[in-house]
Amino acid sequence: MPAKKPRSLFRLTATITRAQFVGISICVFALLLAAWWIATANEWVRPLFLPSPPKVLARLGELAASGQLWQDASISIWRITVGFLISTAFALPIGVLIGCYKSWEAIVEPVVDFIRYMPVVAFVPLTILWTGTGDTQKYLIIWIGTFFQQVLLIMDNVKGVPWDFINLGRTLQMPERRILSRIVVPSAMPGIWDSLRISLGWAWTWLVVAELVAATSGMGYRITTAQRFFQTDLIIGYILLLGCFGLATDQAMKALGRRMFRYMAGR
Amino acid sequence: MPKLAITNLSKTFGAGPRAVTALQGVDLAIGDNEFLSLVGTSGCGKSTLLSIVAGLESHDEGEVLVDGVPVDGPGLDRGVVFQSYTLFPWLTARQNVEFALKEAGMRGKEAVDAARDHLKLVGLDGFADSYPRELSGGMKQRVAIARALSYRPKMLLMDEPFGALDALTRHHMQELLTRIWEQHRLTVLFITHDVEEAVYMSDRVAVMSNRPGRIKEIIDIDLERPRHYDLVASPRFQQLHRAVLDSIRAESIEVAQLGSALA
Repeated sequence: MPAKKPRSLFRLTATITRAQFVGISICVFALLLAAWWIATANEWVRPLFLPSPPKVLARLGELAASGQLWQDASISIWRITVGFLISTAFALPIGVLIGCYKSWEAIVEPVVDFIRYMPVVAFVPLTILWTGTGDTQKYLIIWIGTFFQQVLLIMDNVKGVPWDFINLGRTLQMPERRILSRIVVPSAMPGIWDSLRISLGWAWTWLVVAELVAATSGMGYRITTAQRFFQTDLIIGYILLLGCFGLATDQAMKALGRRMFRYMAGR
Repeated sequence: MPKLAITNLSKTFGAGPRAVTALQGVDLAIGDNEFLSLVGTSGCGKSTLLSIVAGLESHDEGEVLVDGVPVDGPGLDRGVVFQSYTLFPWLTARQNVEFALKEAGMRGKEAVDAARDHLKLVGLDGFADSYPRELSGGMKQRVAIARALSYRPKMLLMDEPFGALDALTRHHMQELLTRIWEQHRLTVLFITHDVEEAVYMSDRVAVMSNRPGRIKEIIDIDLERPRHYDLVASPRFQQLHRAVLDSIRAESIEVAQLGSALA
C-alpha cells in the first residue's frame, strides 16, 4: 500500500499547486461579493450607506456610456504616471548613491528619514498655497508621498549587493564608476524593481488624497462631488475601480519583472 | 626570488581600547609555482592575510612583495576565488568568465576562446550557457576558478573556496584543482581550515597561531605527485596530517584555556 499523502492545505510549509492557489483566491473574492450582495438584497443595511452590487455596476455603466468614467480615469492615470516617474527619476540616482557611499548616506539619510515620518496629508494645504490646485500640486503630493520611501528602499537594495561582488570588481582593477554601473546596479536591479512596484501602490493613495482635497477633475474629485449628492454607488464604484487599477499595475510590473529578471530563481 | 614575499606584516582593526590586532609580524614566502596552504583556527586572521595580499585590505606595518614589487591595491596579477559564490546571477557561466576577460582587456574572439577553454578545463563546457541558479555550489566554484585562471594572473589566491560545499563535492573539487595545478603549474595561496584538504593539495602547509596571527610553523608536504585520492590512506599522509593537526590543536587548547581562565 502506498504511503498516505498528507493532504492538509493548512500545514506549515505545505505547498499548493498554482490552480489551487488561484482557486482559493477567487473563492475569497466570490465570498466577499456574495456577502455584500446578500446583505444589501435583504436590506440589512440602508441602501444609502451600502448600495447593492447591481446598483453600483449600473452606475459605473452609466458613467462609462457617457464618457465621464474614461475622462476621470484618464486624468488620474496621467497624473499618477507623471508623478510616479518624477519621483522615481529622483529616487533612483539618489538611492543608489546613498546605498554606495557612506558620506552621502550621512548627508541624505537622516533628513529623508525625518521627512518620511511627516504626514503627507498635512502637506496638502501647503502645496496648494505653493503651487495652486493644478496638476503640479498633484505631482508634488505624489512626490512627497513616494520619493522619500523609494529612496530608503532603493538604498537598502543597493546595500544588499554582496561585498564580494564589489571586491571581485576591484581584483579585476575596474574603476569605481564601472563597478557601480556594471556590478552594483545590475545586481541591485531585481530588488529595486520590487521596491518601485511597492511604492507605486502607495502612489495611488496619494493621488486620490490630492484629488479629494483640491481638484476640478479626476477620480478623487468625482468622489468628493458624489458625496455632496449622496451618490454612494458612485463612490463605491470608483473605490473598487481604483483598487482594480492598483492591482492591474502591480500585476503588470510583477509580470514585467519576471521577464526582465528571468535569470533569478523563484520569480 | 620568491613569487610572494611577506615580511613583518601587521594589521590592527579599530583604535583605542577596542582595537583588535589581527596580524602581528607575519613572515611568509611562496616560491614560483608553489602551492601553499594556510591553516589555522577560525578568527586567527588567515582571511585578513589573504585580503591584504589581494590588495583589498590595507596593512599597518611590513611589506608584501609580488615579484619584488610592493602590493599597492588589487591587481590583475592576483586572481582571487572567494568562499562565497561570486558569480553574477544575471550572466551565464560563459558570460561570467568573459566579463572578467573583457575587464582584463581581452577582446572579441580571443575572449570567447579563452572563456570556452577555461570552462572546459574545469569540466563545464556543457554548462556554458547555464545561469548560476541552474548550477550546483560546486559547479559555481568551478566557474569562479575558471574565471580567476582565465586572465592568467601570476598567482591564485583562494579563500576557503570549498568551505561551503558538502564533503563529497569537496573531494571532487580538491582532485580537480590538484589536477589543474599539476598540469598548468601556478603559484597558489590557499586558505582552509580543513587539514586533510591542505595536506592533500599543498607543497607546504603554513600553520597560523591564534590572534594576533603569525606564522607558527611551516610543514613540508613531501608526498609524490601526481597525487591521487588513495594517497590519503598512506602512512606518510597520516603522519603529515597528524603533524599539522597537532600544531593547530596546540593553538585551540590555548584558546580553550584562556576561555576558562577568564570565566
